[in-house]
Amino acid sequence: MDSSREDVLIMNVTLKIKRFDPDGSSTQSYWEEFAVDVLDNATVLDALIQVREENDGTLSLRCSCRSAICGSCAMRINGQGSLACKTPASDAMIDGVITVEPAGNMPVVKDLVTNFDVFWDKIYQVTPYLLPEGPEPEAEYIASNESMLHLSGVTACIMCGACVSDCTVLEVDPSFLGPAALAKAYRFTADPRDGNENGVSTQRLKDLGDKSGMWDCTRCMACVTACPKGVAPMDRIMALREQAMDAGFTNNNGARHAQAFVDLIGHGGSLDELKLPVKTVGVFNIPALLSYVPVGIRSLRRGKLPSIFHKKIYEVEKVTHLVKKLEKANKN
Amino acid sequence: MLEHDVLVVGAGLAGMRAAIAASAAGANAAIISKVHPVRSHSNAAQGGINAALSDRGDAWEDHAYDTVKGSDFLCDQDAVEVMCKAAGQSLIDMEHFGVTFSRDDEGKLGTRAFGGQRRQRTFFVGDFTGQAMLHVMFEQLIKSGIRKYEEWFVTSLIIEEGQVAGVMALEIRTGEIFAIRAKTVIFATGGCGRVFEPSTNALIVTGDGMSLAYKAGAHLMDMEMVQYHPTTLAGSGVLLSEAARGEGAYLINKDGDRFMQTYAPNMLELASRDVVSRSEQTEINEGRGVNGCVYLDVRHLGEKLIMEKLWQIRELGMDLAGADMIKEPVPIRPGMHYIMGGIKTDIDGLTNIDRVYAAGECANVSVHGGNRLGANSLLDTIVFGERSGNHAAQAAKSSNFIKFDEEARVKEEKEKIQSVLDRPQNGDRIAKLRLAMGTSMNDNLAVYRDAKGMQQSVEDIKNFKERYKDLPVDSKGKIFNTDLIFHLELGFMLDCAEAIASSGLERKESRGAQSRLDYPERDDENWLKHILVKNTENGPELSTSEVSITQWTPVERTY
Repeated sequence: MDSSREDVLIMNVTLKIKRFDPDGSSTQSYWEEFAVDVLDNATVLDALIQVREENDGTLSLRCSCRSAICGSCAMRINGQGSLACKTPASDAMIDGVITVEPAGNMPVVKDLVTNFDVFWDKIYQVTPYLLPEGPEPEAEYIASNESMLHLSGVTACIMCGACVSDCTVLEVDPSFLGPAALAKAYRFTADPRDGNENGVSTQRLKDLGDKSGMWDCTRCMACVTACPKGVAPMDRIMALREQAMDAGFTNNNGARHAQAFVDLIGHGGSLDELKLPVKTVGVFNIPALLSYVPVGIRSLRRGKLPSIFHKKIYEVEKVTHLVKKLEKANKN
Repeated sequence: MLEHDVLVVGAGLAGMRAAIAASAAGANAAIISKVHPVRSHSNAAQGGINAALSDRGDAWEDHAYDTVKGSDFLCDQDAVEVMCKAAGQSLIDMEHFGVTFSRDDEGKLGTRAFGGQRRQRTFFVGDFTGQAMLHVMFEQLIKSGIRKYEEWFVTSLIIEEGQVAGVMALEIRTGEIFAIRAKTVIFATGGCGRVFEPSTNALIVTGDGMSLAYKAGAHLMDMEMVQYHPTTLAGSGVLLSEAARGEGAYLINKDGDRFMQTYAPNMLELASRDVVSRSEQTEINEGRGVNGCVYLDVRHLGEKLIMEKLWQIRELGMDLAGADMIKEPVPIRPGMHYIMGGIKTDIDGLTNIDRVYAAGECANVSVHGGNRLGANSLLDTIVFGERSGNHAAQAAKSSNFIKFDEEARVKEEKEKIQSVLDRPQNGDRIAKLRLAMGTSMNDNLAVYRDAKGMQQSVEDIKNFKERYKDLPVDSKGKIFNTDLIFHLELGFMLDCAEAIASSGLERKESRGAQSRLDYPERDDENWLKHILVKNTENGPELSTSEVSITQWTPVERTY
């Protein structure tokens, strides 16, 4: 606590903490409230440390640097994946109460401590180290400062797990590589030193296009909101998709789905929802197409089946022209 | 039983570098750390890493001289020569590993200016160089396939008939105690910053390795040399990197004067850290500060440069001080940051105990002497991490595992820990005792010191050690009992505090980070030597040893 400022104010905060005691008799987690007085510029972590030091030493949480670089103290604050040391208590209070829970999408070990094995397992799956294909230069690799600055935006990731905590895909599909691992992968695919002499990491892009990879993100933006370091994992996943399609990995549902969007809009000016699945899985992929039948029947019953005769929009040629122009610009 | 040729304790930059080197040299290496490797405090080294690259006209001798002068001639010059010669290759290795160093217009590695050096030789990644290097080192650790004991806490070094046999460790997630057999042990546990309150250091920086080695008979050296960093944020005490001054930031007092013009007319804000911290403290003591602080001002550098090279610093200012550095200066003051002292080693990292090594901040090779130059700490970690890893791997080849009674050891360690858990509440608290220790140290062993204050701390610590014997814990559980960990860490810190205070009292001169009001001058005749601390039953025993001088004769130090 600091007292060097003259204008310091004391603020009363109630921390509502979700607790779990693995040594205890109950296998259930429970809520416990602590009222503490903190300085008005205290972070949520400061308040938690105060509880631990002064009220209850049994409270477990990971924390270390207090300045958003070690990535230890990610947790859910008022339901949102956040770093406790980067969240001012005054901002987090709702009617005087801050609600704190362990990070999501990971098993809880004790109180706010989660088991990070599931997090690291996914990082390991993306071959997380530089793999240059050519001979190593004697001195440093020559690379543009812009490319390094761009990468630094990604390597700013501190592996805190806030994005993984809030990822909505991981909630329903634990096999998804997830935002942290995919952003980590992009850190290599976008590195001019990785991959072949043109800096193209072909094998990585191929592997990342497999099931549970880059195409499984639903673009909900939860990871972008949660990330305390501005890494914006979802944007990196979208960049991975562009790299993969540029590298010719178009023969998969994800890439075809993206291409189908462009084609359908370019053709009719609006999305033809009947053609989209056909173009995504392929017209001869009978088993996949049959899997859509139940959805189709349900849609029909509820009167939500799109019209079989998809109408082109008024002045569609203007849209077509625009799409062609964009595609041409992209190729250059 | 778990067993390894080389067991590295601590997984920051020095530790991981050591493990990777040992593994590459053919040893069965493993690394054990109380936190996951990427949570280590190497993260906090922000500004950069020094190296004199000959292909751009720099010379290792120039870097070495700046280092020697920065140390106030207390470093061992043979060790500095080793470090500065190896710097170039070590830096290039890091680049090849994948660190995204900033580039110049030709795409080669770019530099920035840093304190105490006559030319730019600091290579960097924005203002988070340590973090960038730490994560890349972890990538290489994964690539090497080295066994990692993550979130395991080492409780003691196993010494069997005078020989190192391994370590005892607590697996934090289960609360189980294990003996790990090792032919060689490398300590790379970082500094002991939390001995002071406030400190820029992370909460995990508790001198574990220093204390473990000290208790096993290793010598600590130059422990009085504690660096107060010139720019720590008012309030939290969090570090604002020297990168700011490297890029041209001003230090101003309450009248808006650039006061470094008075104290270091040539190097100004980029004088050595001890010099800048003393200047700030003098300004504050003489009434030209505001609320115990002076100001760091980067406004004139412009938004573009700040956003490209200092954006993390700006974020810290906004998050923790509510000030946007693009628009206003931020209040800063000197704050405890680094310890130059540590476990005494030779240039291969070997301590005075056979097959026990140390590298990084916990070690004292000694390359920093009385004052470390900014951006030499990252260099120290990778150069001496690699050397100690290599040397330990060689030593392991020609030695055997030392036998010990595993069952008896585990039982003994369990009982020791159980006795802590079983202590009755007596009204004392871990945090209370730690704060008392930190406050005493910060009151008496900060920028300016004198006999009276240091004597007070020596007495305080004696009392704290007595209090510690009855100090209870709240948490009695086995799984992830952080309360127990804090208790054990406090024991380590008290050893470090004792060594720091008694060494400071012993050195009757002012040199580097030790500025004594009662002995204001440097005294080469009597004190151009290291102070060694050895653990005995009656407390610390002090002695001195010669400083290695190869080619640079001590001269008066001005900037």
